[in-house]
Amino acid sequence: MAIKGNKIPRTPVREQNPQVRATNFEEVCLGYNAEEAMLEATRCLQCPRPRCVQACPVGINIPGFVGHLAEGDIKGAAEIIGLDSALPSVCGRVCPQETQCEGSCVLGIKSEPLAIGKLERFTGDWKIEHADEFEVPAATPTGKRVAVIGSGPAGLACAGDLARLGHEVTIFEALHKAGGVLVYGIPEFRLPKERIVAKEVEAVKRLGVKIETDVIVGRTMTIDGLLDEEGFDAVFIGSGAGLPRFMGIPGENLNGVFSANEMLTRANLMHAWDDSYDTPLYDARSIVVVGGGNVAMDAVRTAKRLGADASIVYRRSEAELPARVEEVHHAKEEGINFHMLTNPVRIIGDEQGKVIGMECVRMELGEPDESGRRSPREVPGSNFVIDCDEVIMALGTSPNPLIKDTTAGLDVTRRGCLVADEDGATTRPGIFAGGDAVTGAATVILAMGAGRRAAAAIDRYLKA
Amino acid sequence: MYTIVSKRLLAPRIYEMVVEAPRIARSAQPGQFLIVRTDKQGERIPLTICDYDRTRGTVTLVIQEIGISSKKICDMKEGEAFADVAGPLGRPSDLLEMPLEELRKQRILFVAGGVGTAPVYPQVKWLKEQGVEADVIIGAKTRDMFSYVEEMKSVGRVHLCTDDGSEGFHGMVTGLIDKLMEEGREFDRCIIIGPMIMMKFGSLTTKKYGIPTVVSLNALMVDGTGMCGACRVTVDGKTRFTCVEGPEFDGHLVDYDEAMRRQAMYKNNPKTNPETHTCTCHGN
Repeated sequence: MAIKGNKIPRTPVREQNPQVRATNFEEVCLGYNAEEAMLEATRCLQCPRPRCVQACPVGINIPGFVGHLAEGDIKGAAEIIGLDSALPSVCGRVCPQETQCEGSCVLGIKSEPLAIGKLERFTGDWKIEHADEFEVPAATPTGKRVAVIGSGPAGLACAGDLARLGHEVTIFEALHKAGGVLVYGIPEFRLPKERIVAKEVEAVKRLGVKIETDVIVGRTMTIDGLLDEEGFDAVFIGSGAGLPRFMGIPGENLNGVFSANEMLTRANLMHAWDDSYDTPLYDARSIVVVGGGNVAMDAVRTAKRLGADASIVYRRSEAELPARVEEVHHAKEEGINFHMLTNPVRIIGDEQGKVIGMECVRMELGEPDESGRRSPREVPGSNFVIDCDEVIMALGTSPNPLIKDTTAGLDVTRRGCLVADEDGATTRPGIFAGGDAVTGAATVILAMGAGRRAAAAIDRYLKA
Repeated sequence: MYTIVSKRLLAPRIYEMVVEAPRIARSAQPGQFLIVRTDKQGERIPLTICDYDRTRGTVTLVIQEIGISSKKICDMKEGEAFADVAGPLGRPSDLLEMPLEELRKQRILFVAGGVGTAPVYPQVKWLKEQGVEADVIIGAKTRDMFSYVEEMKSVGRVHLCTDDGSEGFHGMVTGLIDKLMEEGREFDRCIIIGPMIMMKFGSLTTKKYGIPTVVSLNALMVDGTGMCGACRVTVDGKTRFTCVEGPEFDGHLVDYDEAMRRQAMYKNNPKTNPETHTCTCHGN
């Protein structure tokens, strides 16, 4: 008997104590156990025209998988998610559910929305733990070979689907470890590397996908080399975001100013916080992170865990923070300071060129701009100095020019992003692209969705 | 993969290693660098490619023992393998883009010092293959510190100088540039590779004579592929990323003082300072 519409409050999820977790890199949210997941699943109304599915960038059959969970059929739930998502354990943790599925859940009108993210995470984790209960589909080899550039969410999803369709797939990863942003960008305390990311990568390998690390396409070889010399029949570019942006204010090249990408790469990919690894981290007591997105939250919470006094500086107000609500909430619990409506004007250094402070100006909100957000403007004469010895810029990225510069006929937009249609087809036949390389910095689920759509298009291209 | 095929001591604390890396050997060009990582715990260290053998599938690296990570690299033995070697990275030397007729008219001066001598070699060798014989100034503190002199002599006109006068011109590379100019030599282009301080004063000297100058910057890096921005330098008042826009820049426009300051970012960091480093991960 399907259980639905159970009128209980949203099932709370267990988390590490904020004071404790602010000093370690273990995962903050502990997730539901089977009992909690089943209980929460019974709250779903099983809407006949579910708005949550429409709000999901990849259209996961949410009432479908939740219904199976409510009946205790976790494997069935996992199979339903698997039809639309390649990375449920990851997306359950990092998707902005409040603006997607949960944001449109009918339950949210009068009470709290169904905890769809936590249910997806539970199901994904269960699938990882019970991987051997899921059959690896035996696809008939097509004899076609596809090169996938980048092993982040777009590349992994694309490679996985192509392998299931019987194509021979090799992923080329520039760094020494597979996973892309899931490894170098998102911190351990939000997305465990060995327990989750490594397992998702393993799952893709089990489908027969080869992963070659330390290969920088555009330098080690070109896309034309892959097609003409190495015998690949098609290429998918999922090379990710790119060069970090800075503000262009005085003092940005002082010692102690970093991009969030650098700080997070040192901490996550290079394990710089661990004494047994050689990569150093800049020694600082007071760290200010400029920006309000998820990357800014990741950087500031990493700073806190390194023992520093950690603050966010953001030019709009809290309502405009682009970060996930959960990250902002967690950051506050952990004791992060938030300087809202504040914008840096220069970074101040000592005689040795080391950061000792940042001069800021207060902002106020004016009329809404094109994005619908009220645009901030400076309050004249409101300048003040924040004392700090490290500044981290989390202002997004601009596309890496490596592939565009070495591949003739590949069009880019005015902003340098690769031009690709809905299916990921670029301006060159046989070359497809998706994820941040096309959209500019976006989310894991959008990249994964783009990878999967491109896989379907590549399959059609190869069979044509 | 990435096995050290041979290793030799070139000068005190300076080693040459020939490393198996077929993909990199196939595509490497003069002026480019690569990233090595000794083991799972190791840093990603950028090193200039000093030579490559496309048929044997090897690249040649020259490393000077300075800090913890470079010592770890230098301690590796023949037959051992790096965990990772990734590249080639950075833009190839501008010389490669010049039409051959124009290139053959060029009078080119290289200025090399310390561990920078080896990376000059592939450029001079490449020029020789194109029929251009370049002049090469090699500077060292004292004669025992020279490296790659014989190799260089086989491909270019070599001028040596030592700070103590133990061999060649008595003085620094800047003095030897002055001397060549006083002798009436003319150059259309100068390429300086070596310690940052040498590139700074070398560039000041060539500026005096109006010789267009290129330097190869060895900035700190993490990924080396254009993701982290650790390697940013100021050139002509603009921030540039050494890993994707360099490593070669106009020597007369680089902000060397900032570059030197940024290079020393982790100088007193417990992890990189050999005196305070306490980790036991590599048995030192």
